Amino acid sequence: MKELGYLFLLFARIGGLTFGGGYAMLPILQRELVERLNWVTEEELADYYAIGQCTPGIIAVNTATFIGTKRKGVIGGIVATLGVVFPSLVIISIIAAFLEGFADYPIVIHAFAGIRVCVCVLVLNAIISLWKKAVIDLPTLIIFLVVGIGSVFLNISAVLYVVAAGVAGIIIQLLKAKGGKKA
Amino acid sequence: MIFLQLFYEFFKTGLFAIGGGLATLPFLSQMAEKTGWMTQADIANMVAISESTPGPLGVNMATYVGYTTGGLTGIPFGNILGAVIATLGLIAPSIIIIIIIFKILQIFKDNKYVKAAFYGLRPASTGMIAAAGISVVEISLFHLGLLDSNGFAGIFNWPAIILAVVLYLLIKFLPKINKKLNFHPVVYLALSAVVGIILQFE
Repeated sequence: MKELGYLFLLFARIGGLTFGGGYAMLPILQRELVERLNWVTEEELADYYAIGQCTPGIIAVNTATFIGTKRKGVIGGIVATLGVVFPSLVIISIIAAFLEGFADYPIVIHAFAGIRVCVCVLVLNAIISLWKKAVIDLPTLIIFLVVGIGSVFLNISAVLYVVAAGVAGIIIQLLKAKGGKKA
Repeated sequence: MIFLQLFYEFFKTGLFAIGGGLATLPFLSQMAEKTGWMTQADIANMVAISESTPGPLGVNMATYVGYTTGGLTGIPFGNILGAVIATLGLIAPSIIIIIIIFKILQIFKDNKYVKAAFYGLRPASTGMIAAAGISVVEISLFHLGLLDSNGFAGIFNWPAIILAVVLYLLIKFLPKINKKLNFHPVVYLALSAVVGIILQFE
C-alpha cells in the first residue's frame, strides 16, 4: 500500500513536470527512474518508448503503465497511470473554471517560451544518453538515421517504423549469427 | 447519459490514436463535429493551453471537454465528474493494452527473436524522439516564418539560442564541478520560465 502511494505521487510529480508530450517526459524519467531509483535501465526506457509509440494511447500514459506494472503488477500499472494524469486533471479543471483565455496572458506566453527552450535542451541531453545505449554499431546507426530523418520529412505512421525496425533487428541479428558460424 | 457517452467517445480516441498527443487531434476534431461538445476553435485553444501547462495534450483535452460538458448537466460537481470520466476513458485502453503487452513480454523477454527485435527498436525509438525534439527546436529557437521578410539572419531567435547554450553548459558541467550541483530538471525549467518572463520571450 505504501509503495502504491509512492508510485502515485512519483508519477504525479513526473506528469506535473512534463511540458509538451511524451518525449518531454524522457529527461524526467531518466532522472527519477534510471539515476535516482534504479527501477529501470536506459535500454528498458527506450523499449517502453518504442512500444508506446506503436500502441494505442498517449506515449506518456503508456510509459507510466509499463513502469507501474513492472514495479507492482496490474494494480501498479493503474496507479502509476492515474498518477501521471492527475496534475492535468487538476490544472485543466482550474483553467476551465477560472482562467478564460489563460494561454493569452503575456506572462504565461513569456514563461512558456522560456520553458520550451529548456525542454529542447533537456530532451537533447536525454537523447544523447539514450543514443549511447541504443546506437551501438553500424546497423543501429543506420536505423536511427533512417527513422529519425524519415520522421522529420515524411508523414508515415510511427507503427510502420516500429514494425520495420523490429523486423530489421531480427534479420540483422540472424545474419550476424550466420556470419559468425561461417567465420 | 452524457457521462457514459463521454467515457465511450474518449475511450475510442484512446484506442485509435497511436503515437502521442498530436495523434489525438484528428479524433478530437471528428468528435467536435459529431457531438458539438466543443468547437474547432476550442481545440486550437487547447493546443495552446497544452503548450502552456504540464501534461499530455490528449489528457488535457479530455479533462477540458469532460469538465465543460459535465458542467452543463447541472449535477453538483458534474464538471469534475465529467473531467474524471473523460480522462479515465482516454487512458483505459492504454492501461489494458500495455498490461497485456507487458505480460506477454515477461514470458518472451529471453527469446532471441524478441531480443533481436528490440536491438532494432531502440535506435528507431531514439530516432523518433530525436525527430520530435527537432520540431520543438524549430518552434523554440528559430523563427522559420521570418525567412522571407528578414533574410537568412532573421530566422535565428538569438536570445533563445543563447539561453539554450547556457542551459546546456550548466547541465553538462555543473555536476562535474561538484556532485551536489547535479540539479533536478525542474530547477532548470523554473529558471527558464523566469528568464522567459524577464526577457519577454515569445
